[in-house]
Amino acid sequence: MENKLAIERKGRLPKTEGVNLLFNVISYTVVTVAAILCLLPFEILISGSFTDEKAIALHGYGIIPSKFSFEAYRILFKFPESIIRAYGVSIFITVIGTAIGLFVTSMTAYVMNRKDFKYRNKLAFFFYFTTLFNGGILSTYIFFVKYLQLKNDMLSLILPLLINVFYLIVMRTFISSIPDSISESAKIDGAGDFAIFMKLILPLTKPGLATIGLFYALDYWNDWYNAMLYITDPDKYPLQYLLFSTLQSAEAISRISKMASVVAISVPTLSLKLAMAVIATGPIILVYPSVQKYFVKGLTVGAIKG
Amino acid sequence: MVKRGFLYEIRKNRTLFLMALPAVLLILLISYIPMAGIILAFKDYRFDLGVFGSHWNGFENFKYFFNSGTGLRVTRNTILYNLLNLATSQLFAIMIAIFINEMRGKYFKKVSQSVIFLPFFISWTIVGVFVYNIFNYETGTLNSMLKSLHMDPVNLYSTPTVWIFIICFFNSWKWVGYTSVIYIASILSIDAECFEAAEIDGANIFQKVFYITIPSISPTIFIMFLLNIGRILRGDFQMFYQIIGNNGQLFDTTDVIDTFVFRSLLTSGDIAMPAAATFYQSVLCFVIIMVVNGAIRKTRPDNALF
Repeated sequence: MENKLAIERKGRLPKTEGVNLLFNVISYTVVTVAAILCLLPFEILISGSFTDEKAIALHGYGIIPSKFSFEAYRILFKFPESIIRAYGVSIFITVIGTAIGLFVTSMTAYVMNRKDFKYRNKLAFFFYFTTLFNGGILSTYIFFVKYLQLKNDMLSLILPLLINVFYLIVMRTFISSIPDSISESAKIDGAGDFAIFMKLILPLTKPGLATIGLFYALDYWNDWYNAMLYITDPDKYPLQYLLFSTLQSAEAISRISKMASVVAISVPTLSLKLAMAVIATGPIILVYPSVQKYFVKGLTVGAIKG
Repeated sequence: MVKRGFLYEIRKNRTLFLMALPAVLLILLISYIPMAGIILAFKDYRFDLGVFGSHWNGFENFKYFFNSGTGLRVTRNTILYNLLNLATSQLFAIMIAIFINEMRGKYFKKVSQSVIFLPFFISWTIVGVFVYNIFNYETGTLNSMLKSLHMDPVNLYSTPTVWIFIICFFNSWKWVGYTSVIYIASILSIDAECFEAAEIDGANIFQKVFYITIPSISPTIFIMFLLNIGRILRGDFQMFYQIIGNNGQLFDTTDVIDTFVFRSLLTSGDIAMPAAATFYQSVLCFVIIMVVNGAIRKTRPDNALF
């Protein structure tokens, strides 16, 4: 604004400044539009979840609720069994999967980074190869279901995401910033390799652990795909898959309505679906501002490595 | 010098071997062993006989897959979507990265970057809810807006071509923030002196962007394309499945190899075609990445992946 006034006062604007102003107008407009487009679906979702059922049936989902109502949330919180159970499953696989995955990943990354480990490049290629070639979902499915008998087993939700080769490479980059002399001198002092890793390396790579841990946690929390493949028992549905199956069929809704012992018509199915989506996404939106910087860091480290 | 063997290495670094062992076993279990399932493409699979007990049937599965027309259709869709999505999401990500990088307002910069990065954290299930929320015929936001403007509602579920744009939009929506973080990291690693020198010489922002920023980040752009070319026959199953689901009317323009494999696997149980599709997808992807990488290693060794 001040710039504009200054320019008007001068009467004529220098060429470079005018062009730069044009650039700024374009860039602020494009970024603002992009940001709005990123937020709009959330806004429509939240608005729909707070809209009165009859108003939705009549006017559809709006950008602002045509008639405000808490009914969907009231019913969800009145009969929260299935959601609480799904939350429990999601938290369970996220905590266990992240803990094991993070430990195994960082331990392996450390070995791959040890200069005196002769096979470290072969080991790295052993992992990297799986990103170039894989047997596809069909063989994995048959292997899990027929040979490992994992149908309806929680392990089928944890195993497929337990080691991610990209995270392994990023973790190795984090660890490689620790001077080799630390491991070497500890070794001379008689420390074992595992003790060096646990007592010296892990504490020094906290930012790396936080970053990779969050990547794993996000993958587990957002997973519905493995549940769709391997889980048929609704009591073992993780949150995202419960949401998906609710959206797919009216069955889950009718189960809630049976518990509520009300006629199905009076259950706000249209807003209930959206309210469930809000409840499933809520935790991520809440922690997002505080964890975002770790993801930026992880991607930056990964990008430098290529 | 005596050549020291594997056993000597194991004795010397016993702990390091043990530390790498869990990850090696895990990857063997979830990646390498299922690779054997690739031979299913040449077998007449029967669940009771298992992968190795089933009878060989030569190229029957492939004939079936391509003669039915499915093979060509899903291959065409997969390649075209990947090219379209790659071009649009990279273009937008580069634009956003450059714009955000040039911004002077610290607060605006930070907030807009966070907002654009947010969709990366959201599971595809929620995107599926968004699509239902906005585009469903009876109550979708789009139609309720059209109605309030006294226009006729549109039934997008019988207009297959529109979904090309919807898929492309949500693909960018999900990935632009993530990819732009990588590009921003790449821009930040450019030597600041280049920009200062250009400024002293009177360059405007456009000139700085086109003559310094874009040439400097071109290796990153190159690598991003390379990574994606290696996946050109892999469809993003989660995205396609959540946006399209099992909506048969839209398959002609939206069915990709991965959704096709999955659907055949879970619905018909006849795995002849999916087995052929998987083999063809995995092997071709591997060949493409090896050829492309080999060519790059000859011409621009610095940019090769491995």
